[in-house]
Amino acid sequence: MSFIIVFMWSFVLWLVLTAGTKGMLWSAEELVAGVVFSLIVGYATRNIIGEKADRFLSPSKWVGFVVYSLGPLFWGMTKANLDVAYRVITGKIKPGIVRVPVDLDNDAQYTILSNSITLTPGTLTIDACPEEKALYVHWIYVRDEYPESSEPISGSFEKWARRLGR
Amino acid sequence: MIAPVFFYSALIVMIGAFLSVLRVLFGPTVPDRVVGVDTLNTLIVAGMVLLGAAYDRTIYIDIAIVYALLSYIGTLAIARYLQGGLE
Amino acid sequence: MIEYVIYAFLAINIIFNLLGSFSLHRFPDVYTRLHGATKCTTFGTIFAVLAVVTHALYRLKVTGDPKYLQMALHSGVALVALLLTNPTGAHAIAKAAHLSGVKPAKAVIDAYEEKLRGEAQ
Repeated sequence: MSFIIVFMWSFVLWLVLTAGTKGMLWSAEELVAGVVFSLIVGYATRNIIGEKADRFLSPSKWVGFVVYSLGPLFWGMTKANLDVAYRVITGKIKPGIVRVPVDLDNDAQYTILSNSITLTPGTLTIDACPEEKALYVHWIYVRDEYPESSEPISGSFEKWARRLGR
Repeated sequence: MIAPVFFYSALIVMIGAFLSVLRVLFGPTVPDRVVGVDTLNTLIVAGMVLLGAAYDRTIYIDIAIVYALLSYIGTLAIARYLQGGLE
Repeated sequence: MIEYVIYAFLAINIIFNLLGSFSLHRFPDVYTRLHGATKCTTFGTIFAVLAVVTHALYRLKVTGDPKYLQMALHSGVALVALLLTNPTGAHAIAKAAHLSGVKPAKAVIDAYEEKLRGEAQ
């Protein structure tokens, strides 16, 4: 199963990287070389992805990722950058590391949530502890020293992470 | 053919890269220097993409892709070394 | 018309990339520096890539040379690589800095330190 997924995605990447070799499309040699190299990559990494690999195949999840990264994530990044620009210019900071309890199930959800937190307003994930269901977050301007949920840190990202990483 | 706008913005991005080299030189602690190197990597990727547009060479952008992935592995290796091995 | 879009993207790129490198000298310790370095440079590079993609698609429409299609697609791949790796690298540096003994300066609270001390006992 994971062999097929790795093969498919590496072939898609090959197609993206070699588009335009014959007119706007692909020449036959590039396609054959792409199949050969994708087979090699898929065989070499067949044991790495592990179970639940079929989540890479569902189109609703692809659409979800695109909507998430163009909508809430990009808007959050814009706010984050204006905020950091304000702090760089005025030097007004009150840093601290807070413990944020979250309610997530698997590693993919933790990855999505902590990367989103790192890219958005004033926060930077330092460590994720799945065994105690908490994230340790460095906050550049601490407003709440003991937050009850991830709502003041990341807004709606926890809901998105739960939906996308299922 | 050099598109002058892209060339001058790449030049200004390289001034930013020089500022982060100063942080690598003066950083009081080792993690400060690593932060400087990380910033330098991102800025160099941005500069390479801009130079690729300025000189009309796609090969510069290919090198930017490879540089982004390899510099990430370098950062991870230094971070692992700092925290004292694989725990 | 299209030149002004490219100029705007390049201006945003320059402003945020320079802010990112200034923040390395403006902030007092590793963690706050990481904030500026990661967020601002990632955001600036997004706009650099957008400017290059706009330029390449415009040249593709004018000249019809497939070289410009390659330029646009490859810059997109570079952007995706950077977006996936940058926050993870920042996270690794922050955790390594804390474990190697660099404490946050002027911090009002340090919950991670309390957790590590609790595990040591």
